[in-house]
Amino acid sequence: MSGHRVLVGVIAIVLLVLGGGGYVAYIAVRQPAASEAAPAPKIGDVVYIDLDGGQDRVTTLRPDGQRIASGLRCQRFHRAGGTSVCLRLAGPGPTYEAAVLNADNSVVKTVPLPGIPSRARVSASGNIVAWTSFVTGDSYTVPGGFSTRAGFLDLRTGAVTDSIEHFDATVNNRPLKAADVNYWGITVAADDNTFYATLASGGLNWLVKGDLTAKTARSVRQNAECPSLSPDGTRVAYKKRPTPLDKWSLVVLDLRTNKEITLPETSGIDDQAVWLDESTLAFGAVKGEPRTAVYFVPADGSAPAKAEIHNAASPVSVK
Amino acid sequence: MYVASTRSPGRTPKVSGRLPGTVFALGAVSLLTDISAEMVTAFLPVYLIYTLQMSYVQFGLLDGLYTGATAVLRLVGGFVSDRTSRPKLVALFGYGLSAVTKLVFPVVGASAFGIGGVLATDRAGKGIRTAPRDALISLATPPDQLGAAFGVHRAMDTVGALCGPLLTFLILSQIGTAAGPVFVVSFVFAAIGVVVLLTFVRERRSKVNRSRVSLKAGVRLLRDARFRRATIAAALLGLVTISDAFVFVVLQKVSDIPVGFLPLLPLGTAAVFLLGAAPIGRMADRFGRWKVFFAGHVLLLVTYAMLLVPDGGFLAVGIALAAHGLFYACTDGVLSAYASGFVPADLRATGLATIQTGQALTRMLSSVVFGVMLAGMAMSSVVIALVAVLIAALVAVALLVRSA
Repeated sequence: MSGHRVLVGVIAIVLLVLGGGGYVAYIAVRQPAASEAAPAPKIGDVVYIDLDGGQDRVTTLRPDGQRIASGLRCQRFHRAGGTSVCLRLAGPGPTYEAAVLNADNSVVKTVPLPGIPSRARVSASGNIVAWTSFVTGDSYTVPGGFSTRAGFLDLRTGAVTDSIEHFDATVNNRPLKAADVNYWGITVAADDNTFYATLASGGLNWLVKGDLTAKTARSVRQNAECPSLSPDGTRVAYKKRPTPLDKWSLVVLDLRTNKEITLPETSGIDDQAVWLDESTLAFGAVKGEPRTAVYFVPADGSAPAKAEIHNAASPVSVK
Repeated sequence: MYVASTRSPGRTPKVSGRLPGTVFALGAVSLLTDISAEMVTAFLPVYLIYTLQMSYVQFGLLDGLYTGATAVLRLVGGFVSDRTSRPKLVALFGYGLSAVTKLVFPVVGASAFGIGGVLATDRAGKGIRTAPRDALISLATPPDQLGAAFGVHRAMDTVGALCGPLLTFLILSQIGTAAGPVFVVSFVFAAIGVVVLLTFVRERRSKVNRSRVSLKAGVRLLRDARFRRATIAAALLGLVTISDAFVFVVLQKVSDIPVGFLPLLPLGTAAVFLLGAAPIGRMADRFGRWKVFFAGHVLLLVTYAMLLVPDGGFLAVGIALAAHGLFYACTDGVLSAYASGFVPADLRATGLATIQTGQALTRMLSSVVFGVMLAGMAMSSVVIALVAVLIAALVAVALLVRSA
């Protein structure tokens, strides 16, 4: 090989390294500073993940519009009863973990996740922390697809259940024994024991109502994903789509009357909605614009969903 | 660049001679390209779910589809490279195509159509380059060192596959989840790979006056009993090779190790593959490549058997992953080395592509069947069925090859 060619090659490599390195350095120094000692959020605040610049900082939005970024970086976040859960990057792989924080914002427990963070929930009392992660590449029917693992932590005992897939599941009054059982989107009731979640098997999914202590789950109705129980426990909000080719919409099921309402302008949601109060739901979605926003929508379907916080995800109200 | 240090690739060194520089240069190209590819693979779920808030499910579906399409494009890449007798040029096109996609990702944004198209183009590049790349390795290497050459290449390739996710982690933790840095760094590695291929890989233009390779000649390859048997045997064994992801997921469940270890299991297989590929390649040169290829599938049987040991803990996982990594070390490069031993030089890329495509397609089929079985049956019954079919396939292949 000619010396000329080698020289040109080496110069090209040097230029590529300098160009790429320069770009990365430029992005790195442009990162905004965050206040590590951000004041604790107060009742009435909305806490969310600010996606701007890829920093994913947990940020507090005050009723007066003031925004305070904290040093905590998460892919998914939820808080209730003084307990916070932050699903975040943990190590090379990359691997992820669920970090559980107390009211002082110090980490009390970390649980390694089997895959990419998907859903995070804390029960109203702050005692039960639940999460879901995607496990990539192990879809049971499509190579390269995905499945999920949903687990929970009981802070009163410190016991971690990595996955609830071994729970005794009953679908349409028949025990379900298939090996491809998947759960996602756990939401726990005020008694810290009753839960709702989505159970999937063989390409179908159901809203299930379960018991964390008895380790059981029983189908309530078909085709309902990522449930979210209202604070008073009378309604469940979930995403629903007629067929797997359609977009999801946010639906509220009244457990007393068994009636469903589809909330207007929520098409395209792919999130576990959160109850800001008894009458308002919030969720993150990309709709029509290139960036994600947090939407608020009345739970009775009386008004369309409206973008309230731009470039944000994982909203939760401070109660 | 150490690659240029080995001269005179034309002469055939006798026993345990050094491998030609081209093998190391192509190893470096694959290493760099795999860093680039695996960086994106590790980042894509985060990018799609958080940055773009897109549904991950549909990309899982698309990805499975593309993997199948890649297998078929391999045939095209192989045939074109033989037909033009310019394997380096065809490989360059494949590597270049994949490199460019890394910069297109951020441009298409949250368009499902755009992301799907970029993923497809990336996979197409991978499909096109594989056969001519393997042909380049085999044509540059003396016949008695083919196993060692492919072993070294696969080991270097795996180093890249291990480094890519590590780089993604560093970028995500130090700079954040913004898309720019990951894609730019990934592009830089891919582009350096292309430059290395362009600059340091020498193509040996054959002195023999090549008769123009035709489709007919490619088909005629299958009339050669040895080639036909190898193709059928590889496809048959592919039929009992379930995807790695299934192995890891079932292994974690059956052995009952904490689910948090699941993302680390692929690293175990890769590390064993990395360490085993080169020495086992040399072993294959000495004791017979087909024997080693066959032995690899017996090791796969060991892995499957471990899927039947309940609560085996970390010991069972260790045995299973060691056998799984050695299975790859015994089969991945060794099959190409074996086939390169008898496929004529002017049809080398086509021949290698044919065997690899058959194997890849049957492997995909086996994963689909395995998945469907899991949806309806208890896990242990499915694994017992798998073990039984693998034993049957091993017996069939042993008889098929012995009947030669």
